[in-house]
Amino acid sequence: MKRFEPYVFLKGLASRWDVLAFIVVIGLIAFLGETAHGLFDPLAKLEAVPLSLDPVHLPEYAARTTFRMLAALFFSLVFTLTYATWAAKSERAGRLLVPILDILQSVPILGFISITTVFFLSLAPGRVLGGEFVAIFAIFTSQAWNMAFSFYQSLRTVPIELTEAAESFRLSPWMRFWQLETPFALPALVWNMMLSMSGGWFFVVASESFTVGNSSVALPGIGSYIALAIQEKNLRAIGWAILTMLVVILLYDQLLFRPLVAWVDRFRVEQEPGERVPDSWALTMMRRSRLITASTLAFHNAVFWTSRLVKRTDKPLVLVEEQDRPKRRSLDLLWVSLLVLAVGAGLWHILAVLVVNTPLAEALHVCGLACLTMVRVFILIALASLVWVPIGVWVGMRPRAAQIVQPIAQFMAAFPANLLFPIAVYGIVVWKLNPDVFLSPLMILGTQWYILFNIIAGATTIPAEMRYAATNFGIKGWLWWRRVALPAVLPFYVTGAITASGGSWNAAQVSELVSWGHTQIRARGLGAYIADAAETRNFHQIILGVAVMSLFVVVINRLFWRPLYYYAERKYRMT
Amino acid sequence: MNNSPLLQCSQVRKAFPKPDGEELLVLDGMNLELREGQIMGLLGRSGSGKSTLLRLIAGLAEPSAGEVQYLGHPVVGPARGIAMVFQSFALFPWLTVFENVALGLEAQNLPRAEIRKRSLAAIDLIGLDGFESAYPRELSGGMRQRVGFARALVVHPNILLMDEPFSALDVLTAETLRTDFLDLWAEGRMPIKGVILVTHNIEEAVLMCDRILVFGSNPGRILSEIKVTLPQPRNRLDPSFRELVERIYVEMTARPKGAGPGGRQERFPGLGIGSVLPHVGSNILSGLMEAVAAAPFKGKADLPEIASDLQMEIDELFPVAETLQLLRFAELEGGDLKLTEDGLAFAQADIDERKRIFLRHLLAYVPLAAHIRRVLDERVSHSARKSRFIDELEDFMSEDDAEQTLRAVIRWARYAEAFAYDDENAMFSLENPT
Repeated sequence: MKRFEPYVFLKGLASRWDVLAFIVVIGLIAFLGETAHGLFDPLAKLEAVPLSLDPVHLPEYAARTTFRMLAALFFSLVFTLTYATWAAKSERAGRLLVPILDILQSVPILGFISITTVFFLSLAPGRVLGGEFVAIFAIFTSQAWNMAFSFYQSLRTVPIELTEAAESFRLSPWMRFWQLETPFALPALVWNMMLSMSGGWFFVVASESFTVGNSSVALPGIGSYIALAIQEKNLRAIGWAILTMLVVILLYDQLLFRPLVAWVDRFRVEQEPGERVPDSWALTMMRRSRLITASTLAFHNAVFWTSRLVKRTDKPLVLVEEQDRPKRRSLDLLWVSLLVLAVGAGLWHILAVLVVNTPLAEALHVCGLACLTMVRVFILIALASLVWVPIGVWVGMRPRAAQIVQPIAQFMAAFPANLLFPIAVYGIVVWKLNPDVFLSPLMILGTQWYILFNIIAGATTIPAEMRYAATNFGIKGWLWWRRVALPAVLPFYVTGAITASGGSWNAAQVSELVSWGHTQIRARGLGAYIADAAETRNFHQIILGVAVMSLFVVVINRLFWRPLYYYAERKYRMT
Repeated sequence: MNNSPLLQCSQVRKAFPKPDGEELLVLDGMNLELREGQIMGLLGRSGSGKSTLLRLIAGLAEPSAGEVQYLGHPVVGPARGIAMVFQSFALFPWLTVFENVALGLEAQNLPRAEIRKRSLAAIDLIGLDGFESAYPRELSGGMRQRVGFARALVVHPNILLMDEPFSALDVLTAETLRTDFLDLWAEGRMPIKGVILVTHNIEEAVLMCDRILVFGSNPGRILSEIKVTLPQPRNRLDPSFRELVERIYVEMTARPKGAGPGGRQERFPGLGIGSVLPHVGSNILSGLMEAVAAAPFKGKADLPEIASDLQMEIDELFPVAETLQLLRFAELEGGDLKLTEDGLAFAQADIDERKRIFLRHLLAYVPLAAHIRRVLDERVSHSARKSRFIDELEDFMSEDDAEQTLRAVIRWARYAEAFAYDDENAMFSLENPT
């Protein structure tokens, strides 16, 4: 029913959403321009204009930190779309790429920073840009891995009917990627991007102020601000930093993640009919505004035209395989020889750098420290579980409470441990506490929330009829916890505990060595060892620490968490 | 047989608070009695509050007014002696068959040996021998519901409550389970004294129950009570069985007393812009019209017959039939569905002609559709926000009903090409999307 529209022009001007969109877009451009402004300044200028604890500068610092995090998120996305796709598409590559991802995930972030600093600085010699590279890469390493894992998982679990439909319509791999696989993977990916942003905050201090040779670099940002506040024992500045973080997190939640979550809702394959659709004013704005609709149209067109350019194979699939068999075998051979070379080179480097230079005593010492950290992590996970499992179940059974608790927990998860340094140092010094015990809670500060998130999610999935059945048969008290609630949330609990455990290992670097002004307090553990080594720039020790920590994390995952996960999935997952 | 009732509901009323502060009345003025040796059926469509009543009786929810009495004592909280069988089975997936059955006894803190003895006896009784160590996911739907029965029987309840226990099963399995249950009941091998069965399947009610309470909706209340005196085992093909089924159909399609000649006030109260519309798609509407127009019905179909012909349950059939009535494509009376002239014409027409007929009826008989169209016609932009109409509707109905009603109108209007709707922008318009 096409009608004549005499007022198109007027209508186009009138939308108030357009006005709103205009303001937001121009604001964003101004923000980017402002932030990019200082990138090409020489590094020396950073020293000439030192960081200030005056809260007047906080908006600018916040903008620069956010910019770094978003840039890192962008690179994480690029990494995810390429690495995870390669791993999922090529069986040959996947066999190597997935374990590599697993190991990268367990490498402590200080390791990445100290090892890559020189390289990134050399990319833009003497300029602030090089420092930015270091910071962005450090944040990237705290964001990318779980996103890649989620994307890989999604690609492997695209429903078989959809794949078959795509095949029967002869979609080229390029089209299939954009029309089927990426949309299918988006909901999980967006969820992981949110987790990644929270994870990025945790290391914002470590990534913004670092040392090169004998000089230290402090990029303007919230992280450096916090570092300076700690150095100068300025409690008021710590308070300002917390407030700023709260505002920034609220802003990007409203402007970026809420719209994303509402938008990706349409890509969910299975949808419960009664479920409430997520809502976002920012998304409404984008949809109503012609400006933004036009720019998304450009993306659609790009997908459309590139799909035409990529040639599709018109040959039947089976024939292709038959013909390619000898070629395939030679490719396999090439692959295996490449692998052998890579493994050989890796071995040689490990021998040359690590084994030759490490006295047995030191290796044992580091392993002992790792055991200390391990004990700490396990005890803390157990303690956190004792607290959060009952609370999570209670909250999860009450949808209204869950709505209130979820966003608070999300904010708490982003809270860097450094902000609690003053309290920890003060308490330990005044009451002469044992730092080996009382520094430990800092490790679980940001990661315990993953247990809470997952328990809440698990408790909400208990079907109403099952709860009625429990009530009807008079199942109460401990019997109810033992037979109903705990088994129901177990698969979710294990997922949360795995995340919390991995995060706590990483957090050990920040929380086993704590300072406030000139007071420095350390707990014995691998985290403090790595932090010390990073500060003194002892490369050999850094690599040793990083290697041992990765080894411990990977082994614990393989021998403990993964079997537990499969057991819980098999026995306790509701179908 | 004892003379005092096992269970008694007097003036039971249940209302839920709505977000806007008003309340949604689900059940009102509910009086019933269950006596020893009876299977009582609660028959009605979804939304008639029969499942809510069952939860009140089980003590899983509390009535807003009135009282439920079990053996002369008011029911407050889950009562020992009342056990329930669930539609979705509600088994615990991490417990074996034996553990699922034993759980109810564990909750009573019985000695281990007795738990074991009684659980095995219940498993034995219900025909689950050999499955004791299986997990629910390893069982078929029928076997799972048997676990549901064993779990309920093992606590030796006086009253067994069944909430559509066979509706999640396929036809054959459901029939086997019904017969097995009736056999056990007739032989007195189950410890239970009375049964309440909630169902929306008329034949199932006639097959199993001694008394059937027919429920009406908005709010849920008892329309009538039907005694079934046919001897057990009953035969579905027996003429007196068919007659009873037919009678209940008539009962359930009857116009409420006091309603006008249109008789639609019952299902679509208010009939103005503010009437709640059912979510029924155009395909199933045309499907039903075609089926009624074709042989052997030739424009007038007996509801039980066409229901079994189309393999539809009353729950599915009634909303469709009533929508046809609302759109004046059919008349619903005395258990029959009779197509109007336009209904017959629609069934014969090709796709374009169908759309024209549908458009005419939609704008003539659905005031909300006519209203939206008028607003769009009048505006220079020929477009309007969804929220505008939602706000209007919410003066008459709850938020959820307003959403559902608008969805229904959008579906019909899209089919009739009366107006277009863009979900992303939540905008109505007269243009087709480009």
